[in-house]
Amino acid sequence: MIIVENLEKSFGDVKVLKGISASFEKGKTNLIIGQSGSGKTVFLKCMLGLFKPDSGTISYDGKIYSELSDGERRDLRADMGMVFQGSALFDSMTIAENVMFPLRMFTKQSKSEMEDRVNVVLKRVNLPEAHNKMPSEASGGMQKRVAIARAIVNNPKYLFCDEPNSGLDPNTAILIDNLIQEITKEYDIITMINSHDMNSVMEIGEKIIFLKHGIKEWEGTSDDVFRTDNEALTDFVYSSNLFKKVRAAQLKENR
Amino acid sequence: MTYLENIGTYFLMIVEMFRKPTKWSVMKTLIFKDIDDLIIGSLGIVAFISFFVGGVVTIQTALNITNPLIPQYLVGFATRQSVILEFAPTFISIIMAGKVGSFITSSIGTMRVTEQIDALEVMGINAINYLVFPKFIALMLYPFVISIAMFLGILGGLAACVYGGFTTMDDYIIGIQTDFIPFHIVYAFIKTVVFAFILATIPSFYGYYMKGGALEVGKASTTSFVWSSVVIILLNYILTQMLLS
Repeated sequence: MIIVENLEKSFGDVKVLKGISASFEKGKTNLIIGQSGSGKTVFLKCMLGLFKPDSGTISYDGKIYSELSDGERRDLRADMGMVFQGSALFDSMTIAENVMFPLRMFTKQSKSEMEDRVNVVLKRVNLPEAHNKMPSEASGGMQKRVAIARAIVNNPKYLFCDEPNSGLDPNTAILIDNLIQEITKEYDIITMINSHDMNSVMEIGEKIIFLKHGIKEWEGTSDDVFRTDNEALTDFVYSSNLFKKVRAAQLKENR
Repeated sequence: MTYLENIGTYFLMIVEMFRKPTKWSVMKTLIFKDIDDLIIGSLGIVAFISFFVGGVVTIQTALNITNPLIPQYLVGFATRQSVILEFAPTFISIIMAGKVGSFITSSIGTMRVTEQIDALEVMGINAINYLVFPKFIALMLYPFVISIAMFLGILGGLAACVYGGFTTMDDYIIGIQTDFIPFHIVYAFIKTVVFAFILATIPSFYGYYMKGGALEVGKASTTSFVWSSVVIILLNYILTQMLLS
């Protein structure tokens, strides 16, 4: 379980996170939603240890990150997988080398063992024949799947995804969402996804946290989203024309 | 204030470069790749420039010696001194600051922009050691490049001298052996090693700590070239004062 307590982070005079508390359970897909600039990415980067919070604590299965030694942090980070918004694949390596990278860095497996594991995860993300391609030769959806494969190759306990379906067409976005959810269940891990995509919220959001101006404005499930009377969340959810039309139709039906 | 902050961050980066080393099996591959990119990849341009600049130095010297009392072998002597003491270690280093330096800044900067460095850090890898240390080790072979530059510079001078009809080959060869001081070679290689360190670290610093997008990568490459050149010129002055005066 990940427990975040009273997390605060500022950049200069700008307070980006203002005392966020939340908890995230094993085997669940957690979504952090909010408009651009609401603090989602900073929140995620604080959780990953890329940004040092000004105050507050983050504990991973009882281990408080700020109290860990360098070695313990390194061990903890080996348990984390991250899918970046732009995939962040190493462009000088092939797809197979990208996926193998965490194994080369953190395990003492032989080359054939590593190759076997790479085959398993690439098959799992439906890319069984992409081994020798360079990332630049892969489509956006393929790159995302490779990034997921790289994130899970070392059997992480925690999976973080920063807008995993941004820049993808709706069908591919749903495929990626479903893949992340399936992997969360299959590996029994804690998954946290930053998103402002309402499709993701509806498809895979088991727990949703809505951030606004660095404050946790709302928390609930995907079913609760459409029942809430939280004005800020309703404004956010119905900011898309499609959802506005659906909402108008719902209201009309109710009358 | 920003300058002081940058200098502090630069030295902290150098300390970090030697901490938490990357696994040797991975590091070995990175070092060989950087030797290929930074050293082997620079030999062509260094050879070309050295040969022709050596020739030009010889022609300029020969054309400026009009007094018949000055011996002809002085052309070879002057070429050797110019090439060994300044042209090969310093002038080539400025060229390398443009070629190798901008390559290092732009490759690391692009990794920063595309979150590849964040990906390394999330995995718990010391990204500075992973990215900068192999470049530092690869550039420890830089004296080998400078040796080639020295040899080809003097050879270019010989070719220009003989084929341009300025002196005979014998005079030139006597010139390059006259008053040879072995310490000048040591001095040149001390400078070369110091400049190699600068070539590996300053461009890496500008790439690693850059912020922004593609435009900023370009700006960082330019800034890294300017500062690498400035530091090389300043250190050249200081080392010359310390070692030769």
